[in-house]
Amino acid sequence: MSENSKDSKSKKLSRRQFLGTAGSAIAATTLSGSILSGAVCASKHKESTGAQSPDAQGSVEVSLKVNGKSQTLRVQPRVTLLDTLRERLSLTGSKRICDRGNCGGCTVLLDGKPIYACMMLAVDAQNKEITTIEGLATPQNLTELQKQFVEKDALMCGFCTPGFVMACHAALKANPNATREEIKQACRGNICRCGTFNRVFEAAYAIAKPKT
Amino acid sequence: MSQNKLKWHDRKTSKYLGKNVPRVDGPEKVSGHAKYTYDIILPGMLYGKFLRSPYANAQVKSIDVSKAKNMPGVHAVISDIATQARFAGQEIAAVAAESEEIARDAINAIEIEWDVQPHSVETLIAMRRPDRVSEQRGQTAGGDPNNFWSQCAAVVEGEYYAPVREHLSLETHGVVARWDGPDRATVWVSTQAVHGVAGDLSGAFRIPAENITIICEHMGGGFGSKFSAGTEGLYAMRLARMTNRPVKMMLERYEEQVASGNGPDCFMKCKAGMTADGKLLAIDAEIYGTSGNSRSYNIPFPYIYSVPNTRVKIFAVPTNTGGARALRAPMHPNASFLMETVLDELIAKLNLDPVEVRIANQGSDVRANQLRLGAEKIGWDRRNKTPGQSKERFQRGIGCAVSTWGGGGGRGSECNVRIGRDGNVYAGIGTQDLGTGTRTLVAAIVAEELSIPISKVKADIGRSSLPNSGGSGGSVTAASVSPAVKSAAYEAAQQLLQTASTILGVPPNDLEFKDGQIRSKSDPSKSVSFENACARLPANGISVTGGFVAGLQRGGVAGAQFVEVEVDTWTGHVQPIKVVAVQDCGYWLNKLTAESQIIGGVIQGLSMALFEDRKMDEPTGRMLNPNMETYKVLGALEVPEIEPILFETHEQVAGIGEPVVIPTAAALGNAVYNATGVRIRTLPITPKRWFDALETKR
Repeated sequence: MSENSKDSKSKKLSRRQFLGTAGSAIAATTLSGSILSGAVCASKHKESTGAQSPDAQGSVEVSLKVNGKSQTLRVQPRVTLLDTLRERLSLTGSKRICDRGNCGGCTVLLDGKPIYACMMLAVDAQNKEITTIEGLATPQNLTELQKQFVEKDALMCGFCTPGFVMACHAALKANPNATREEIKQACRGNICRCGTFNRVFEAAYAIAKPKT
Repeated sequence: MSQNKLKWHDRKTSKYLGKNVPRVDGPEKVSGHAKYTYDIILPGMLYGKFLRSPYANAQVKSIDVSKAKNMPGVHAVISDIATQARFAGQEIAAVAAESEEIARDAINAIEIEWDVQPHSVETLIAMRRPDRVSEQRGQTAGGDPNNFWSQCAAVVEGEYYAPVREHLSLETHGVVARWDGPDRATVWVSTQAVHGVAGDLSGAFRIPAENITIICEHMGGGFGSKFSAGTEGLYAMRLARMTNRPVKMMLERYEEQVASGNGPDCFMKCKAGMTADGKLLAIDAEIYGTSGNSRSYNIPFPYIYSVPNTRVKIFAVPTNTGGARALRAPMHPNASFLMETVLDELIAKLNLDPVEVRIANQGSDVRANQLRLGAEKIGWDRRNKTPGQSKERFQRGIGCAVSTWGGGGGRGSECNVRIGRDGNVYAGIGTQDLGTGTRTLVAAIVAEELSIPISKVKADIGRSSLPNSGGSGGSVTAASVSPAVKSAAYEAAQQLLQTASTILGVPPNDLEFKDGQIRSKSDPSKSVSFENACARLPANGISVTGGFVAGLQRGGVAGAQFVEVEVDTWTGHVQPIKVVAVQDCGYWLNKLTAESQIIGGVIQGLSMALFEDRKMDEPTGRMLNPNMETYKVLGALEVPEIEPILFETHEQVAGIGEPVVIPTAAALGNAVYNATGVRIRTLPITPKRWFDALETKR
């Protein structure tokens, strides 16, 4: 995306405009239940890096560690982690479906724990290890869980599938002996419209180790 | 062998067809590498966004886009999409900006002065106004039903309702449009019809269809809502032309739910009667529903049953709501719910066997056998002989219902099969994979014909530059595509046999493809590997285009489903326990994906039965639940055990994507009655509705 391609129109952002931008970031954050955390996070980094002053677009510098790779980019404070991953870093495996924490299609791991990337601002995801579906495997070298998804046909249109893979992956990592019921519980934050649930459970259960 | 005599491979000896074939695009999809329209990012791409009417009926008196136009990062504004909004959510203006956030800001900066006019958004309110209602063609048979009630041993009379439902495709509608020249464009579209959309845009922009390439490699669900280019397609193209940059315009979730189609509701007043021996004798019904602003509406009623004395009046109720689009087996699940509920009530009054009465009132042997098989599989004998006989807190019951569908193929699909000198095999056809497994069946058919590994076949679909194929609707895709693929693969195979014949000195009619070899049938020691035979082809290899072969497909499928539920009589919560779905599907090409279709259809049917309900707000004219939080669908915890049964009736391909969703909701309602003795005539069956119905019963 070329953000400065229209020089004739770009203006210096006034203080009022910046406050407006920050205000919408805060409003968006309240949905996730972490009121003001975006603002707090942003101001903290302002001191340490000195690079947090917004530019003409109101963007600030954000450092993200995604799939083991650290990257620095400029985004507006109101931009979600999901949109940053997808539209800025081209990591489009995490899907935007409901965009408000209802469907699990954007599930990524934050320090190993599954979260909805649509419910977190990019500025809030700094200093964390982010793992997206692309960080698990390539199509040529799938994880055992992903192989089971293919084998058991635990996908149809496939749009929800990365989210289910991430949810099951996290559940089985936390509990390799997961029961069928525990796998079901791990998928309760994910929605599939084609109706693949039964086969998702089968795929995940196939690699769960029996309880000893 | 002439094309007309082509037959599908015997499943007993086939390697792929009829077997469990994992999707060829599965690895891409499970690893997040599959690129959907939503995932397309092009250099210099702008983001398009609509301004939608907040009012259900209003006229634009003035529109001021100057602030939006002058915002940094905004490249184009369109303010003339419509001057009159007929529903809350209608497109009025559009912008293209460097980021989605800026595009949203620009939309918010557009100032409109509205002349707000009266609206009506609720069917049940609007239908009471004769000026809004328009009568459609109904159904009549025999005499006036009113003359027959005295001959009936049981008569029921009541009001029934199933609400508007949404497709809720997980990938919203949307496009990425790029002009490649003044009269050439490449457009990524989340669509069920790549060739259809090429036609739409060609007409709208007056450029030859072959100059527009529509690309849809993968798509995240459509369920009947994604056939046309849509408003988003037209305006993304316009914005892209204005800015000379690619424009991505994916609907946001609320836009998807207010403006991208829905399945109409149905309100029915009905009186029906049955004779003592369980024969439907008369039915008198009035059905009302809304397709949005449209004055047309239809529903097949009394569905699959023949009632000798029938009078069905059907009325369209135009409302200021988003327009209807085909929703997976359009109106069949509604018709099934209405009719099967009425039927079940009559059966209960006479204390007859619901399976036997259904068999007696319909004319299909296939369906009769399906009902008997399903009854055996679910354990029909376990049902409550007296509905609601249990005195326990958790009460179980079983119900059933049936379906009908077409699902045959149609002419117009062409497939190009190529065999290269290097042994690579290619099959190209301009169809699309909605998640049904079309790409996989294209590859499987060719691999089977040539007896080579499926990984050797490149199935190329999802582009309008490929040979023609129709839209994926009406469950016709498998039955339309597979004959074309088969006939092209067959002809290509025949040509390769000529080459092998020269190599082996054996006549072509004595040769067969077997496990990567071409060998003599009479003397199997004479053989040549597939690769070595290909190496002797001319430089340009083999290229064959095949078309439709009527004998490889056949429509007209029946289905029967049985649902077992458990009702918590303290909370009214209904938990599905088990579903047996028996589906007639002719020759199934891929057992794995065919079963997935059945399971998925059942899950959508259960979702309809228990959760789905578009809520309109009459005072404001707006939809109350345009999100996935409050427009509820079935989730992981409600999913029961589902047993899909592929019921083979003939050796020709028939589609099953739609019929499998039809009878589930009706069967579930009947199961709730069998469990608790409480009859619920309105969907979805919520705890509140169960308690309300319990009160009525008392």
